[in-house]
Amino acid sequence: MQQIINFIIRYKNFLLYIFLMIISLGFTIQSHSYHQSRFFNSSNWITGNILDTSNDVSTYFGLDQENQKLIDENKRLRNLLFNNNLGDSITLDSVQRTYTITTGKVIKNSFAHPRNYITIDQGERDSVKPDMGVITSKGILGIVENTSKNFATVQSILNEKSNINAKIKNTDHFGSLIWDMKRFDVVQLVDIPRLVPLTIGDTIVTGGMSSIFPEGIPIGTIRKFDLNTSKSFYSIDITLFNDMTNIKNVYIVNNAFREEILELQNETQTDDK
Amino acid sequence: MISNYYFLNVIRFTLLVLVQVLIFNRLNFFGFINPMVYILFLYWYPIKENRAAFIGLGFLLGLAIDFFSDTMAIHAASTITIAYIRPAIMRFVFGVNFEFQSFKLSNTTQVQQITFLTLLIIVHHLVFFMLEIFSLANFLLVLKKVLATGAATLILCLLFGSLFSVRKD
Repeated sequence: MQQIINFIIRYKNFLLYIFLMIISLGFTIQSHSYHQSRFFNSSNWITGNILDTSNDVSTYFGLDQENQKLIDENKRLRNLLFNNNLGDSITLDSVQRTYTITTGKVIKNSFAHPRNYITIDQGERDSVKPDMGVITSKGILGIVENTSKNFATVQSILNEKSNINAKIKNTDHFGSLIWDMKRFDVVQLVDIPRLVPLTIGDTIVTGGMSSIFPEGIPIGTIRKFDLNTSKSFYSIDITLFNDMTNIKNVYIVNNAFREEILELQNETQTDDK
Repeated sequence: MISNYYFLNVIRFTLLVLVQVLIFNRLNFFGFINPMVYILFLYWYPIKENRAAFIGLGFLLGLAIDFFSDTMAIHAASTITIAYIRPAIMRFVFGVNFEFQSFKLSNTTQVQQITFLTLLIIVHHLVFFMLEIFSLANFLLVLKKVLATGAATLILCLLFGSLFSVRKD
């Protein structure tokens, strides 16, 4: 007994180190296979508020640019509206709406890591929930992963865990959008079969298979494509429309029927077994 | 004198965390270089202090950075590693005389200080990027990140070190 106690006292630093290391590795490895930890994220109260305050200051340096972006988007939407002869306004019945939009601001952006998370200033109080889609005026951005009362973290498309349904515009050939961790302006589209005719510069948009994003949100254009080693699927490099290094205003998309879709899919799967 | 010591370390801790998460985490030099200047805390921390407390503080420091940067506990794992092996590195760099009462970091030569800092940075960055990328297939990517980020961290730490160095008294 004496010897055990002596041993512990002698090696207490080493034991402390091992103990703390196991805790850290536990958190880290757990997040490789599951979602980001519920508590270890920047949407909590202290970090959220500090990042928000610093963002309040830095926002002023990009106001001109942001205004220009919003005006450009308004211009595009007006163009669509007028050329479809819908008049100046459309009445929307709130019962019929599938998608509802909330706006938010990015308070922390990151794109240099293998797993990038973006923090936004909207949370549960603004009815933002996990698994909502986040887009910008130019294209897709990511999926909400964790929320607190006032903030939310978004799993960026620049994240090795990201996997989003995407298709080639004006066709129904769909694949998965992933990221190879190399460049922050290039993502990869896989699982497009070799019989699909492709051209460099083709536009890629979100597909209708996901219950998170509406169909047809722009993602990027084809930069180059090769057949993969098994020669049956393409691996395609896509240049993003979004400049991931410079994002301020975002839209959070909520699909009102998501729960219904998921429930149905779960039922079907359990029926199969 | 003692309360002064604690006070200094608390201020250092807070300032380094804020500077790291608000400035250096957003630097993205060449698209991927984010220097980690908070290592200075572990470099400056008094040598005579209790080792267990030092490792504990290192853990808290890493965790604080992790909270802000959504990196799980990768920063924490790397800081406790350098906190744990710091005495070994010091014995390697300064020889046995760092165990004497009169030893001060400011009394050593410039070369020794830089070597000490470089070793801390290399160990820290190796642990950090190996955990972050987490695959041996991308070992070249790890190496590239360690070297590029390490060089940036070293330069910035030396600049900060000369700006806020402990007075020679």
